[in-house]
Amino acid sequence: MKIVVCIKQVPRRDDLLRINADKTWVDEASLSFEANESDTYALEEALRLKEKHGGEVVVATLGAADASKTIKEALAKGADRAIHMCDAPLVGLDAVATARSLAAAIGPESPDLIFTGLQSDDLGYGQTGVLLAEMLGLPHASIVIALETSEDGATVRAKRELENGWFQWVSMKTPALLTIQSGINKPRYASLKGIMGAKKKPVDMKTASDLGLGADALTSREAIGTLYIPVREKQTEMLEGDADTVAAALVSRLRDNGII
Amino acid sequence: MANGVLIYAEIRGGELTNATWESIAAGQALAAALGTTAKAVMIGNGLADHAAKVATKDLAEVLTIEHEKLAMYTPDGFAAAMVEAIRDADPEWVVFSHSYQVRDFAPRVAARLDRALIGDVIKLKVENGQVTLVRQIFQGKINADVTCRTDAPRMISFQSGAYRTDAAKDGSASVRSIATEVGSVDIRWTAEERFKEVKGAIDLSAAPRIVSVGRGIKSDENLGLVRDLAEALDAEVAASRPICDNGWLPMDRQIGSSGQTVTPQLYVAVGISGAIQHVVGMKNSGTIVAINKDKEAPIFDLADFGVVGDLFEVVPAIIKKLKE
Ligand SMILES: Cc1cc2nc3c(=O)[nH]c(=O)nc-3n(C[C@H](O)[C@H](O)[C@H](O)COP(=O)(O)OP(=O)(O)OC[C@H]3O[C@@H](n4cnc5c(N)ncnc54)[C@H](O)[C@@H]3O)c2cc1C
Ligand SMILES: Nc1ncnc2c1ncn2[C@@H]1O[C@H](COP(=O)(O)O)[C@@H](O)[C@H]1O
Repeated sequence: MKIVVCIKQVPRRDDLLRINADKTWVDEASLSFEANESDTYALEEALRLKEKHGGEVVVATLGAADASKTIKEALAKGADRAIHMCDAPLVGLDAVATARSLAAAIGPESPDLIFTGLQSDDLGYGQTGVLLAEMLGLPHASIVIALETSEDGATVRAKRELENGWFQWVSMKTPALLTIQSGINKPRYASLKGIMGAKKKPVDMKTASDLGLGADALTSREAIGTLYIPVREKQTEMLEGDADTVAAALVSRLRDNGII
Repeated sequence: MANGVLIYAEIRGGELTNATWESIAAGQALAAALGTTAKAVMIGNGLADHAAKVATKDLAEVLTIEHEKLAMYTPDGFAAAMVEAIRDADPEWVVFSHSYQVRDFAPRVAARLDRALIGDVIKLKVENGQVTLVRQIFQGKINADVTCRTDAPRMISFQSGAYRTDAAKDGSASVRSIATEVGSVDIRWTAEERFKEVKGAIDLSAAPRIVSVGRGIKSDENLGLVRDLAEALDAEVAASRPICDNGWLPMDRQIGSSGQTVTPQLYVAVGISGAIQHVVGMKNSGTIVAINKDKEAPIFDLADFGVVGDLFEVVPAIIKKLKE
């Protein structure tokens, strides 16, 4: 079974975000980066399927040169090789243009399965996977929280999360694309041996022209203008002071209001 | 020439969703700002009753696309039908709610029409006919003004709660069924019936007080702290998704769009950032207390009382005070 996993590198979730001077993006110089959370679950699911069916796990990442760190980590966990789309025209794309780039790189691989995370933690389009499925002419299931594959790998049965605690199983033939929800498994850590081995694994660097993508294909259909910190609309009473002071203030507010 | 707004009315589990009324309110607001009118479309099988309900709103028309292949939701069937609806209505804008169903098929519609779907929008601004949409990025920590760079149809999905259901204006619309070719579409899914996991021992929706814990707790070894606070407040313990993903608490303790929706008198959020998927499950709680070390955490936007501080110092102090 050949599985491609799309992994996006995003700012580490605990890092303090600062909007840059021209208010077009965050100031990346002060940030560290990691794999998008749901993508790490997608990678783990792919590695488990490889352990069950044999085959190959290929990582696909579109991102700046330093996304190589996130790619290395995926290789250290057990992915076999990677495709790194890295080129100036590939920076700052919207979901449609990103999916088009991923489709150009992944299509020729003819994988049995493609996994994406369900949503990126930075831009949060929640669309790239479904767009990619459409562009590659594949069926898909989104927000997948459990997965079964037939012995021969020809069909998959996926448990989808619906709203308000509802679920649904759907089945389809492979090749197919699944967008993976966090919590589907327990992602592994890279072993020392894995980390050593990752250095020798191939990373195929691709430019826009390698992918046959011209300016039109890479034109974003939506444009991000100004970024700003949301203005708070509710009158929140902020309790200030050392721990004992705020604790006393809070408990007396709750008691005075008859809440406790 | 493309004209007007087309609103998608969603049916889930045989019922019109609440979010549909929010979408209608959003679509009406957009149409009013642009000096045009709005239509609604619904997709399924046996839609007469639902269509009659939607037709009580101020809409130019309600379109229905019915076929036995659309009786159960599938992305193949619904994407094909939605493209047909857009061809029929030829709208300038298409409005969806950012529901899980829409997330599942609307991107296919966007790709087929080579258009953007501007997703998860919280606000729209219209100036001289120019529409700017506000999206949350970085899980609600930053807002971005977004514009659409293509011709019609331009598509938007609105976040849950962006518009109020009761803001949908009443009126009276005619219902028109449109012909569909969905019979010839290859439906590549076999879908089974929807189900709910067996409920746990505790139904959190009835709990009067809840202490909810998020990733700020760092490790399951620290959960005792939260249990102690819950005990001191005579509250139930609940959690954000990552805590349940890690198996630190069972899934039936999860609050949010894929977990439970609760409305206790008191909701104490400890080390929870306040991502929208969490917030939709608790925003109607009576009194909301947030304890978070990041003063810009989105959770403070809904809190009645906010404490900016390290939960490992603040929570023990609260427990001590409660016991006095
Ligand atoms: C389709 C979909 C469905 C989802 N469904 C749900 C759902 O049902 N429920 C849900 O909760 N989430 C859901 N999510 C995930 C959601 O988007 C967020 O990722 C999640 O809610 C974040 O959980 P958190 O706030 O605990 O973690 P984080 O976002 O990591 O926040 C941790 C917070 O703790 C604070 N903190 C850290 N250390 C301390 C300290 N020492 N003292 C005080 N504060 C501290 C940080 O400042 C931060 O604000 C869903 C996502 C998607 C895409
Ligand atoms: N630049 C990228 N490189 C690789 N995968 C990506 C990229 N952008 C998005 N994806 C994949 O698409 C998923 C959804 O992203 P999004 O549509 O931005 O919310 C992510 O979880 C990734 O798996």
